[in-house]
Amino acid sequence: MLSKERKEKLDKIIIRYPQKRAALLPALHLIQEQEGYISKDAMQYIVDYLEIPFGHVLGVVTFYSMFYDKPIGRHHIQVCTNVSCQLLGAETLVGHIGGRCGIKPGETSADGRFTISEVECLGSCGTAPMMQINDDYHENLTAEKVNSILDSLK
Amino acid sequence: MNETEIKYLLPGIPGLHEIDVYEKEGGYGALRKALGMKAGEVIEEVKKSNLRGRGGACFPTGLKWSFMPKSSEKPKYLCVNADEGEPGTFKDREILEQNPHLLIEGVLIASYAMGIKTAYVYIRGEYVKWMNILERAIAEAYEKGYIGKNVGGSKYSVDIFVHRGAGAYICGEESSLMNSLEGERGYPRVRPPFPAQYGLWGCPTTINNVETLANVPVIIKNGADWYLKIGNEKHPGTLLYGVSGHVNNPGVFELPTDVLLTDLINRYAGGMRDNKKIKAVIPGGSSTPILRGDSIEGVRMNADSLKEAGSSIGTGGVVVMDEDTDIPLVLERIARFYHHESCGQCTPCREGTGWMEKIIKRINCGGGTMKDLDMLMNVANNIEGNTICALGDAAAWPVQSALRHFRDEFEEKIKNAETVAA
Ligand SMILES: Cc1cc2nc3c(=O)[nH]c(=O)nc-3n(C[C@H](O)[C@H](O)[C@H](O)COP(=O)(O)O)c2cc1C
Ligand code: SF4
Ligand code: FES
Repeated sequence: MLSKERKEKLDKIIIRYPQKRAALLPALHLIQEQEGYISKDAMQYIVDYLEIPFGHVLGVVTFYSMFYDKPIGRHHIQVCTNVSCQLLGAETLVGHIGGRCGIKPGETSADGRFTISEVECLGSCGTAPMMQINDDYHENLTAEKVNSILDSLK
Repeated sequence: MNETEIKYLLPGIPGLHEIDVYEKEGGYGALRKALGMKAGEVIEEVKKSNLRGRGGACFPTGLKWSFMPKSSEKPKYLCVNADEGEPGTFKDREILEQNPHLLIEGVLIASYAMGIKTAYVYIRGEYVKWMNILERAIAEAYEKGYIGKNVGGSKYSVDIFVHRGAGAYICGEESSLMNSLEGERGYPRVRPPFPAQYGLWGCPTTINNVETLANVPVIIKNGADWYLKIGNEKHPGTLLYGVSGHVNNPGVFELPTDVLLTDLINRYAGGMRDNKKIKAVIPGGSSTPILRGDSIEGVRMNADSLKEAGSSIGTGGVVVMDEDTDIPLVLERIARFYHHESCGQCTPCREGTGWMEKIIKRINCGGGTMKDLDMLMNVANNIEGNTICALGDAAAWPVQSALRHFRDEFEEKIKNAETVAA
């Protein structure tokens, strides 16, 4: 399932720990990076690779909010609505983004372009309001800034 | 020296994240000095410096290190806490971005002092950019021989690995962090046993915050006596204060402990937007009790002064709210956070955080009664002190303090709703 390159990466990671199981989070990150989400097949692959029970892998995937067990949009827009961002208009921002994408938080657009989520503090409170799209942070947001960011996404 | 000019964590030197620049500025000199000392002497110096943890609990670092067994048949570990999940906190990322080698040097000195051969940096999963910066810095340090076999030509060898989290606030709690690193779900562990006896894989382990470790090279380089003169002697050094909310100039400010909270807001963070009055301040991340704006005169940013004021220094993440802020709405958002992040192991936390969110929401939606306020306080009181980890307390304190200081706002919402209903 993992590409040759990612498999080599994982093998190098596994030896950092006295027990294989510790490589579970790194392995899941690698899978998700490649596949976009973590399918049942992917979980089975990890079960075999790291020699841990399926139930354990499933339990871990569902515990951590960054792992998706279903496909999501190409661009995952995560808007922080925690306190510092709330004070500077995160709620309005969520509404604005939802309007532009035609979906509500928790939804994925029909064309598979966008998923919007409301998330907890991302450590950008001093540059609020903010959002993260896939790996990138976008800070000090205004409606105009959001528009140009969204327009630039395929 | 002007106090406000002591900036050793974020000195603002261009290119400092690169090892050549860092070395040119004297970087890794403290490591060399430490390697020439006995391990016990390094711990003594850190003890003498009164360095206290910057991860929120303010625990004396030297004392924590001295809990580690000197000899151990099992390997010993250091966990660097870069999970930075506390709402209102955005400081460790600045160290990772601007001064990653200072952190690495601190990790190396700490590891040497405790006889540790493996350190893991547990970084929050969303910090991809900062993880890449740190990994690059670590690779540079390996190349130069500061990490790996025979550090700096000495007999000491150590590895540093970065471990990426996956989006769970609870994994910043030290025992949950260890479980997460082991590949488990991030459930906090019951203590005792404490990490210094039974930590990662059952081995002696110390957990320290990024900012805490970044203070260590400075202490070793300049000595504890020098360090004790910065800020408050009982809680010395500079702190990275993150100021957010309704201020003109939010950001991270490196200033000594003991700075006045009002100075932090008015002088450094540019004062209030539109010259509004301060209604409320959360002084150290969302887990610390909220203070009334009219009660912060004279409050200093050190552990004791904030305790006296009825709160805590926490992570130094100061959230400032102006006179137009709807406190019950803010509290609802904070309650939602703790409910969402509760790992569910303890009944009071699992059920209580859900109840608190529900009751506050009801009040905000116009369906609350005066009895709800007593019930809310009751739920909070029943969580506090009755849980495995401190997330329970962290969920209770904002509620208790908001009800204590801003009860009128909740009552007003309830009364308004009753009038409308009648
Ligand atoms: C719910 C919860 C979340 C925490 N999150 C963090 C965190 O993100 N970063 C951190 O350094 N400490 C966090 N802590 C504190 C750690 O448990 C621990 O005290 C700290 O990392 C110790 O480092 P220090 O002594 O250097 O401060 C958290 C504690 C609790 C209860
Ligand atoms: S207090 Fe809450 S977060 Fe901590 S262990 Fe108990 S249920 Fe989990
Ligand atoms: S509260 Fe939004 S980034 Fe911290």
